Amino acid sequence: MNNPVVLITGGLTGIGRAAAVAFARKGAKVVVAGRRDEVGKALVKELRSLGSEAEFINADVRKEDDVRAMVDKTVARFGRLDVAVNNAATEGDRGLITDQTPESFAATFETNVLGVVLSMKHEVRAMQAQGSGSIINISSTYGHEGAAGASLYVGAKHAVEGITKSVALEVAKSGIRVNAVAPGPTDTGMLTRFTETAENKAVLMRQVPLGRLGLSEEVADGIVFIGSDEARFITGHVLNVDGGHSAN
Amino acid sequence: MNKLNGKTALVTGASRGIGRAIALALAQGGAQVLVHYNSNEKEADAVVAEIRKDGGKAQKVGADLRKPDGAHTLAKQVRAIVGDRLDILVANAGISKSATIEDTTVEDFDNLFAVNARAPFFLVQQLLPALCKGSNIIFTSSLAARASVGTLYAYAATKGAVDTLVTHFAAALGPRGIRVNAVAPGVVETEMSNFTKTEAGREVTLGMQALKRMAQPDDIAPVVAFLASDDARWVTGESIHVDGGSKL
Repeated sequence: MNNPVVLITGGLTGIGRAAAVAFARKGAKVVVAGRRDEVGKALVKELRSLGSEAEFINADVRKEDDVRAMVDKTVARFGRLDVAVNNAATEGDRGLITDQTPESFAATFETNVLGVVLSMKHEVRAMQAQGSGSIINISSTYGHEGAAGASLYVGAKHAVEGITKSVALEVAKSGIRVNAVAPGPTDTGMLTRFTETAENKAVLMRQVPLGRLGLSEEVADGIVFIGSDEARFITGHVLNVDGGHSAN
Repeated sequence: MNKLNGKTALVTGASRGIGRAIALALAQGGAQVLVHYNSNEKEADAVVAEIRKDGGKAQKVGADLRKPDGAHTLAKQVRAIVGDRLDILVANAGISKSATIEDTTVEDFDNLFAVNARAPFFLVQQLLPALCKGSNIIFTSSLAARASVGTLYAYAATKGAVDTLVTHFAAALGPRGIRVNAVAPGVVETEMSNFTKTEAGREVTLGMQALKRMAQPDDIAPVVAFLASDDARWVTGESIHVDGGSKL
């Protein structure tokens, strides 16, 4: 697959941004989706300087009209959609179950679960039309383990992994692979917000056998691999890119 | 390409099947490959010749991993060639035997565990002095480790042991900067697989896979090449399911 067309939601910061840069370096045509025009335009400039025919699309993954337009614009611009990285997510509200509300639940699940569902719905539509494609949903090690004080985020990421496997079964016959990448603690703005204190961050770091926090670029290399033809016989898998966090 | 330039690699069970494809893929990436064989010396010679024909570096190493000191003997030969640095250890050699619970003999059980579980354990132990920061270990596990397929009880248990070693070795060796992972293929078209030899076996295979084609060794090898490379520098403790989405 030379110069694949890649769509990345939540593509402006953190792991999404690193994935955009990694795909651009491989010669991909990259569409980054996000909600901040200025940041998006600046990133597109950077991606183009790497030789990629990049575009930015303003989209909120919680809104189906936005998501439909995001996919349609990508196909209109580049003629196809080869790889989709559903990365847009929120850390939500940390807190005990007794503190949660319908509002806090919705705030976490609308972006992290509904966003992935809507994105896949429209990406699959485009990929089925061409008979091929690779979808990568960004989960978390919290997609298959528990964490006190993070039940909503943990629950949402568990949902992402279950949906990933189910859709993998649904669309295999159309030549579409669906996998998840599960980062461990990764040094991003989200982790800083999520952990709140340096001590909390240090506790997470001590759970990583390789002895430090992951970098967005390291997770991005895992995303590029699982999206590529090298991973042609892998579908429905959750790839941990976590420095061994899940093994500890 | 050439992601493995300057690296040294040992691939056990490399004379045919999946191991052969792995040896060729690592060599194609630029690694110097030690091609281990037990009884198929001529086939090992052919793999070495094929690598050299393409300008790569390879040599054969023979050892019977059923013997209690088989791993020790092999490690000595490897150390004599690579000295104090082995970058990539692929413990792939395996044997399989289909038998009902009633028909499984103590001898078969012991042979399966000797080659599939004991040898990888002691190969890691004996080569540890040559495994450095940045080195990595890759085991060949199996779909059978986590799902019931065929009458492979003793074989499946050996692969369960392999997955357990991945988890524990990754946690133990992470602080030394050594990564430990596995690939877990499902049914692959090799001489070892009984499933691929009959129409019924193929039907069962395609019935449990999301992707509706039989896997080839070349579908597995690029995943090992990824794990062996620095692109996977944040991946450890992982068993990648390369099984076309089996038993999701």
